[in-house]
Amino acid sequence: MERKVHVQTTINGEAAEFLCEPRQSLLECLREILSLTGTKEGCNDGNCGACTVTMDGRIVTSCLVLGVEAQGSEITTIEGVARGNELHPLQKAFLEEAALQCGICTPGFIVAAKTLLDQEPHPTEERIRWWLANNLCRCTGYDKIVKAVQKAAAEVNQ
Amino acid sequence: MSTQYNVIGTRPIRHDGADKVTGRALYGADIQLAGLLHGAILRSPHAHARIKRIDTSKAEALAGVKAVATAADLPESGEKIVDLGEGATPLSYIRGNVLASGKALYRGHAIAGVAATSQHIAEEAAGLIEVEYEVLPCALTAPDAMRDGAPILHEDLHTKEFGETTGKVSNVADHFRFQIGNAEQGFEEADLIVEREFHTATVHQGYIEPQNATVLWNNDGRVQVWTSTQGSFAVRDTTACILDLPVAQVKVTPMEIGGGFGGKIPVYLEPVAAVLSKKSGRPVKIVMSRKDVFEGTGPTPGSFIRVKIGAKRDGTFTAAQGYLAYEAGAYPGAMVGPGAMCVFAAYDIPNVTVDGFDVVVNKPSTAAYRAPGATNAAFATETVVDEIAEKLGIDPVDLRLKNAAKEGTKRADGPKYRRIGCVEVLEAIKASAHYNAPLGGPNRGRGVGIGFWFNAGLPSSCTISVNADGSVNLVEGSTDIGGTRTSIAMQAAEVLGITAEQVHPSVVDTDSVGFTGVTGGSRTTFATGWAAYEAAQDVMRQMKERAAKLWETDASEVKAEGGVFSANGKRMTFAELAARIGETGGPIVGRGAVNPRGVGGSFSGVIADVEVDPETGKTQIVRFTSIQDVGKAIHPAYVEGQMQGGSVQGIGWALNEEYYMDESGTMRNSSLLDYRMPTTLDLPMIETIIVEVPNPGHPFGVRGVGEANIVPPPGAIANAIYRAAGVRLRTLPMKPSTVMEAIWAK
Amino acid sequence: MKWFDYQAPRTVGEAVEAMTLHPTARALAGGTDLLVQMRAGRRTPDLIVDIKKIPELNELRYEPGAGLTLGAAVPCYRIYNDAAVSRAYPSLAEVANIIGGTQIQGRASIGGNLCNAAPSADAIPLLIALGATCRVTGPNGERTMAVSDFCTAPGQNSLEAGELLVSIHLPETPAGGGARYLRFIPRNEMDIAVAGAGVAVVLENGHIQSARIALSAVAPTPLPVDASALAGLAPDEGALRKAGEIAAAAAKPITDMRGTADYRRHLCSVLTRRALASAIAAAKETK
Repeated sequence: MERKVHVQTTINGEAAEFLCEPRQSLLECLREILSLTGTKEGCNDGNCGACTVTMDGRIVTSCLVLGVEAQGSEITTIEGVARGNELHPLQKAFLEEAALQCGICTPGFIVAAKTLLDQEPHPTEERIRWWLANNLCRCTGYDKIVKAVQKAAAEVNQ
Repeated sequence: MSTQYNVIGTRPIRHDGADKVTGRALYGADIQLAGLLHGAILRSPHAHARIKRIDTSKAEALAGVKAVATAADLPESGEKIVDLGEGATPLSYIRGNVLASGKALYRGHAIAGVAATSQHIAEEAAGLIEVEYEVLPCALTAPDAMRDGAPILHEDLHTKEFGETTGKVSNVADHFRFQIGNAEQGFEEADLIVEREFHTATVHQGYIEPQNATVLWNNDGRVQVWTSTQGSFAVRDTTACILDLPVAQVKVTPMEIGGGFGGKIPVYLEPVAAVLSKKSGRPVKIVMSRKDVFEGTGPTPGSFIRVKIGAKRDGTFTAAQGYLAYEAGAYPGAMVGPGAMCVFAAYDIPNVTVDGFDVVVNKPSTAAYRAPGATNAAFATETVVDEIAEKLGIDPVDLRLKNAAKEGTKRADGPKYRRIGCVEVLEAIKASAHYNAPLGGPNRGRGVGIGFWFNAGLPSSCTISVNADGSVNLVEGSTDIGGTRTSIAMQAAEVLGITAEQVHPSVVDTDSVGFTGVTGGSRTTFATGWAAYEAAQDVMRQMKERAAKLWETDASEVKAEGGVFSANGKRMTFAELAARIGETGGPIVGRGAVNPRGVGGSFSGVIADVEVDPETGKTQIVRFTSIQDVGKAIHPAYVEGQMQGGSVQGIGWALNEEYYMDESGTMRNSSLLDYRMPTTLDLPMIETIIVEVPNPGHPFGVRGVGEANIVPPPGAIANAIYRAAGVRLRTLPMKPSTVMEAIWAK
Repeated sequence: MKWFDYQAPRTVGEAVEAMTLHPTARALAGGTDLLVQMRAGRRTPDLIVDIKKIPELNELRYEPGAGLTLGAAVPCYRIYNDAAVSRAYPSLAEVANIIGGTQIQGRASIGGNLCNAAPSADAIPLLIALGATCRVTGPNGERTMAVSDFCTAPGQNSLEAGELLVSIHLPETPAGGGARYLRFIPRNEMDIAVAGAGVAVVLENGHIQSARIALSAVAPTPLPVDASALAGLAPDEGALRKAGEIAAAAAKPITDMRGTADYRRHLCSVLTRRALASAIAAAKETK
């Protein structure tokens, strides 16, 4: 009998619940059911990082997580990064350093970089590049993205 | 022309910035409509096959399926020839690529579309469509498809030779020749002749956002399209043409677009979604999977190229000859024309012959990719030039300087250059810290290369309306892929004497702005910027009239400078005057509609340092500088970004990217895991040197910056690998196994 | 994707029962291989058994002298973030850090890497070289087998119907022991091995007492190589060369999109030599 599953979870700090099919990915649930379309789909097989969200504090590619697995977990998406009306230092740095062109990879990069800065205040360039290797950008050549993360790190840890 | 600017050359934050860092910006796949259905496309599993029968009954019977469409649902195209901005093309080709009829011409060719209540059901239903194929032998490369007895893709394709239709049926759609001087005689004057052959693989633009389209065929017969495209008017015109509707019946709303690089100009999904919407009475959204993107959209042509250059002992080039055979994919239209125009475009050579061949093969129908055709060609030329420099004992930059194209140089395809910056780019390379720095380790080498791209003009439209608070609203039709809202707004702000932030730019749908060509050809900041310039001038004319009215003088007496209007000792700021337009005659709307001719070509150069592992053949980029003449950098940070992005796409093309096809024509690496685009860990910072030789054809000297930067990297990297590992690579990609095999063969 | 049901049992027994009742069921740990295969239609289970809620499968426990117990569902990041494990098995921590990117490592497990049984799996050659065993539970009880016997063909393992991989066990690193896994990939991350070599060595009295080598991506399964010829040799350039020759001779590579057979064989030699040199350096430090 094909039945949807009731999932209770926390998204961007608020309790959330939804009905989904077991075959729906967390990415689909966020976008199609919860209308949180800031998380993007680029490849649907974990190789581009555009769908990066955090799940219980770890970054994951939400295309490779089932929606039903979100039961009882805490999810953060790009929509939960800004503090109210105030942009997060990473968001500001991305704008000031021109670290986006088309912007489709930007939510994934910001969510991924934020978890790095949350746990490592002073990452080296090499460390930033390593951490972000699961996020593809085709527009910028990464130069300005790495610089924006460096700039935000400096600001976060002033 | 004044070169003191208030806004141009500064680095304001982009107007769409907050939306794009918070996830609020709406891209094509983000649209949600009441009753929305999800679509899926069934694609051919064969590279070349006759379609004998399509049975959609099982798919239609699946619960949740609302409509199925095949080519039979599209109006017949007949013999109609259309020009949708990329030259005259039989409509049957454009229609045939959207949904195959008669034959599938490549693996991934769309056969049918399904609309259902969920994506999963649509995909399941597509799998239930039964297609009977008669599998045919396939031709996968240009040399393959050109040989006698090759499988013929189009039985009605008659080879055009030197502009004349020959009546011969073959896979060569077109053979043309550009000629200046007498190459044969030129080679006789040479002391050294180098002739080499090159192969380059099919590569993809690799935008991160897959193609998507949402269409509502409304009850009043109007077709509304939401899509991520480089050109909303191109989508409107193509969709209308395929559906045999008047353009007024189609409205295209461009959503934010997640990269294009030329690949999001053609139409793939819109007509299918439209038919499905008409059949189901509901809006239909289709989003491609990554595999669909690789197999079903247009990559850039693979190619076979032969380049021959003759030089005197002092380095002067006496003659050049090129043979370029590009793979068009399933339908004619490989970018071999521009390739043939660009192959020797950076050099002043008196005797040149170039032969170009547009060859159809059983691969996806190719599309533009950033300076389309030029990168393949420059890879060949730049490595031959490097070999000549080595053989003659001349510094490779000096050799290029000696032969560099300049104002008055005649290109092989005819035109003479106006003021260009090729020499300035080469001088910037020579003077750079990078070119004069030590290599810093063993197994390293440094290579240089240069390249050219024409840039484009094309029509653009813009209106500017003045708000009472002194801000203005700017309406334009160029979809913004990398910050062009801002680079366009800055040009308006410069004219109006206000700040970039006081301009509110909007990219609007095809009902709401005048015709605007695609965001492509490095043209948007140039041409739509020019339209904004014209619209701003129009505003200023009207503002001066209003000031004149208030001051009871003649408009010709009113001066405007730095945002202040003055006449006869009276002064008013732009904002003060804006507050009084209501009482002086009502709203002010300025308009600009241009089709600019003064396009300025762009030259680009690269210095690449590589390190090659002699035991594995793997190449690491250790230092990289991109140099480009951009005319005038409106927003320098975005200019650098274009140079860095183009450089890295060029690096990917050089080192690892390729369509790895098996003998049956199946792409074996159709994922972002195995189609190896560079990751952040594969690269150093990309240094940039902006050269500004103003384009005399643009009010601010803009040339355009988007494309020329991808042209030189493969050649420069090949030259660097030669110095690091002692092997000359003439095949792209120069992947580790290829380099290793060359080292073994040494 | 085809419809399937989902269960998240709390005990090994419940998981085994579910998997026994549903012969096509698949266990879900990180899902980074499984979900991709299901989406591509290569696997079509009617039931997904999420094993991440079972305590034993999340166990990560190092006991000096006894070795390491690594639950089948433990994601990679927990391994390299665990200081004691990283100290005791630096080569394992390194492998956990090169499987996929950061996001993948938040989910993917070494157990999953093993069950997926890809010829190119990065963790398996190292596990073989380290002498790892695995604990399997099924409807007929529990059994233990060597990791080197686990994979049977590309994508296939020796688990019987209803059986579940519970944990992997690594013996304590002997005094004078060192290990390293090296792979060759065209990019610097996010790539599948063209070839790889896992090497473990034990030094005694300035000589190689024993060495174990296993290769990836050059045979239908991760390939153990008979390295007994290295025993007794001095850990010098000659031994490295010999190890490279042994590996190249044992490899049975094919030509595909990731590399030609000749190139892969050559890489086996290079990687084994480099991995052994690195393992010897590590061994000298553990003395």
